[in-house]
Amino acid sequence: MRLTAENIAAKRGEDLLFADISFVLASGEALVLTGRNGTGKSTLLRVLAGLLRPEKGNVSWFSQDAEAGARACEACHYLGHRNAMKAELTVAENLSFWKSFFSDFLGGTGSSVSDAAEAVGLQEIIHLPFGYLSAGQQRRMAFAKLLVAYRPVWLLDEPTAALDSGAEVIITGLIGNHLAHGGIVIAATHQPLGLTNARELRMTGFAGVGEGVW
Amino acid sequence: MINLLLRDLKLSVRAGGGALIGVLFFLTVVAVIPFGVGPDLNLLSRIGPAILWIGALLSALLGLDRLFQTDREDGSLDLMLMQEHPLALTVLVKCLAHWIATGLPLVIASPLLGLFMNMNEVAIGAVMLTLLAGTPAITFIGAVGAAVAVALPRGGLLVSILVLPLAIPVLIFGVSASYAAVEEPAPFMPPFLILVALTMFFAVLGPVGAALALKNAGD
Repeated sequence: MRLTAENIAAKRGEDLLFADISFVLASGEALVLTGRNGTGKSTLLRVLAGLLRPEKGNVSWFSQDAEAGARACEACHYLGHRNAMKAELTVAENLSFWKSFFSDFLGGTGSSVSDAAEAVGLQEIIHLPFGYLSAGQQRRMAFAKLLVAYRPVWLLDEPTAALDSGAEVIITGLIGNHLAHGGIVIAATHQPLGLTNARELRMTGFAGVGEGVW
Repeated sequence: MINLLLRDLKLSVRAGGGALIGVLFFLTVVAVIPFGVGPDLNLLSRIGPAILWIGALLSALLGLDRLFQTDREDGSLDLMLMQEHPLALTVLVKCLAHWIATGLPLVIASPLLGLFMNMNEVAIGAVMLTLLAGTPAITFIGAVGAAVAVALPRGGLLVSILVLPLAIPVLIFGVSASYAAVEEPAPFMPPFLILVALTMFFAVLGPVGAALALKNAGD
């Protein structure tokens, strides 16, 4: 399994945020994106998730049993700033909807809804509407969404925002576990995630205005 | 996909879902017509089918802007865009759920409102049948407008204006089929079949167009 990014450049409005970003991540490897606010960490993650068209370059996914022509984003879980959970539905309803909607990617199976909630330490409150939860609990439940269906690549945007230190340990443990099982993690973060052997990509921001990259 | 349908239906009936807003608006519009037009029963029964159709069209347009916007606001739309199953299918299922939650109540409420307009039972039946066949088309057309305006914070009125011209043929054939059922020489089937054809045409084109717009809406 391999996630390859080649010469990616992306714009935000007219400003070129970054250019010529290339990396190859194999099974079990992690990449941590660091840098000040506004240097393009979230933008890079959205490009990798296929939600933003890059100005130049491409992202591709390779594995032995992958179907030809599959988009790289189909192999990815994306945890953005927003939790993608409905405040009106209970946590269990939210998670079981996403479990059925995601359906497992080739080469693994997701855990059940109650197991996923237990993994983030909140199994006793899955009957509550998502809107009743605190910001930290909501974030943990949004993370549990990554566990209900298998995806080899996790794209995490500030996964530990709003979390207390105990929950941070749980989340970093889950990320470590995913890596140990051959997954790939790309995370944008300000806090250290405690990952050994993670590579770091330091985003510096790019001050070019509109001249293009071709 | 059946889970997406169920989820959207659940959301529409829970707090803030607004499934009943459309039918209440329909009720309001049609109920004030007799007061405005006056107690001329023949006139009321003559304009009845048209008024019911116009009321249903406006009510169907009312909640359309929320079709994708709520999913976009909480980030769910991002995840839907990333999945393996075709986006057009996801859009189709969301449209069906939206129609069941907002279009079907209009069809069910229409006989009651037909009585307000002094319509006879044949006319009421015809309006109900044409609304059943025609309102899905409005939802499918509206999906394209909703997808185009998904990034706009107050896109509601814009969606209605974008969608209204395309929904006019649905209105024309819906009303003419309803009149044909009560006025003797005009045949009922040709306009009704065109209405059904419009619905089937937009059931294909709408989701594909909306999916295209959503894919290119990336912020």
